[in-house]
Amino acid sequence: MADPPKIDKSSRYTEDRGIAGAFEGETVTRRRLMEGTVLITGGIATMAFALPGLGFALGPIFEDTTPTRWQDVGVVGDFNDQTYVPRVINIVPEIGDPGKTTIYVRRFNRQRDKVVEGQDPQPYIAISTRCAHLGCPVRYIQASQKFVCPCHGGVYGFEGQVEGGPPVRPLDRFYTRETAGRVEIGDRFSLNSELERFAPRDPSNHLDGLWQYIYPSRPTT
Amino acid sequence: MKRPSAPLPRFLRPAPPRPGDRNGRNNRRNGPASGGAVAPPAERPSAKDTAVEGAASAVGWLDERTGTSAFLRFFLYRKVPKGINWFYTLGTATLFAFLSQAVTGVFLAMYYEPDPTRAYESASHITNEVFLGEFVRGMHKWGSTVMIILIFLHMGRTFLFGAYKYPRELNWVIGVVLLTLTLAMGLTGYLLPFDQRSFWATVVAVNINASGPIVGPYLADFLRAGAEFGPTTIPRFYALHMLAIPGLIAALIGAHLYLVVKLGITAPPWLKAEKKDLLKEEI
Repeated sequence: MADPPKIDKSSRYTEDRGIAGAFEGETVTRRRLMEGTVLITGGIATMAFALPGLGFALGPIFEDTTPTRWQDVGVVGDFNDQTYVPRVINIVPEIGDPGKTTIYVRRFNRQRDKVVEGQDPQPYIAISTRCAHLGCPVRYIQASQKFVCPCHGGVYGFEGQVEGGPPVRPLDRFYTRETAGRVEIGDRFSLNSELERFAPRDPSNHLDGLWQYIYPSRPTT
Repeated sequence: MKRPSAPLPRFLRPAPPRPGDRNGRNNRRNGPASGGAVAPPAERPSAKDTAVEGAASAVGWLDERTGTSAFLRFFLYRKVPKGINWFYTLGTATLFAFLSQAVTGVFLAMYYEPDPTRAYESASHITNEVFLGEFVRGMHKWGSTVMIILIFLHMGRTFLFGAYKYPRELNWVIGVVLLTLTLAMGLTGYLLPFDQRSFWATVVAVNINASGPIVGPYLADFLRAGAEFGPTTIPRFYALHMLAIPGLIAALIGAHLYLVVKLGITAPPWLKAEKKDLLKEEI
């Protein structure tokens, strides 16, 4: 053992690398190990509160926040197939006025309404007043049989299809049914320009062409 | 490098001893005693002298343990280039606008109720019934606009003076993040009065978020806490507005100021280096 210890910088042993206080057969110094332990412990401790917190904040994305509730909007005789009747329903019942919204309801019209193949037509057409552009409330103008949005000038035809302005798809609708002579309103759904039914999207989300692929639907629908 | 210490203002300098006064006029510790320290003082120190002595020793106690005066002397008497002018105060003005928002915001939070059925009532209660409520709410409301205007003026000054260039690019980036966060404060705060205008403006703003590709719909659901504007939307905006974003802003202002002090201030662009000709001769 007269030779001076050889230093091999690329060796995996700390002793060979000439690190002071190295043990034989050791590949990591004690200082390095402590550094790693402290970092990993700190990382675990941080993740232990950060991840549940983040999940807590992001939770509403992954859960169904609007469970199905059928709401009575009047007797069958209140509605016809020629014009819309406004009704107020509760989208979110817990918050009072902000949770209410106006919808326009009429009976399904055999001559005018398009029947999409493979999708059962709804007995009543219940049109949402939430503009498909950015969500302002649209109003139905009986004289021109159009829905008009006050914010950015979106115009929709009798069936809610886009006729002008910035909206990217027709007005949303709600499921409808008849129970014991009364009309009931259910969940919201969205439509593309062919009036095919889709899971409800936010306003401004396209449902046609290539655009529809950059606006995914909710994980819960 | 040792920095020369700034001269003390006149009123802080130890007074020279008067004839017959052994320990100086104010009996200060920081002046050397002129005479022999053997003889006891002839009369008791006055109440004022005792109070001054007590205050000085309390400040000294703190300073000895924190180094505050050394830091303040370095921070407040650091070198700045010639030619700085009023345009250089816009950043500080923005900082004070933020502080004003923080203080008025804390007091507004004492009366505001972040609940969709109570938000509007509590906001109008602040305006109409709370003592000085209209004034404090007005300061917060108009102060937000003032802060955003000041940020843009500060940003314009930085841009036009070329103060964003090396080595200060990172500070520009931090400033842009601060601008974005301030705009996010504007967005989240706008909902809180919960009148028709703020409700529909927020509906539209969230739907603009939803129009972003891929992440847009998720972002909108995150902001609304669900598919529709629901019972926890206001608490969510409130928490973002008064806890999450202000915390981030305060931390980034710290980083921003640290870099300002570390890197120093740029001279105005119309000022030329004084030794330019000398450098030419050397070449």
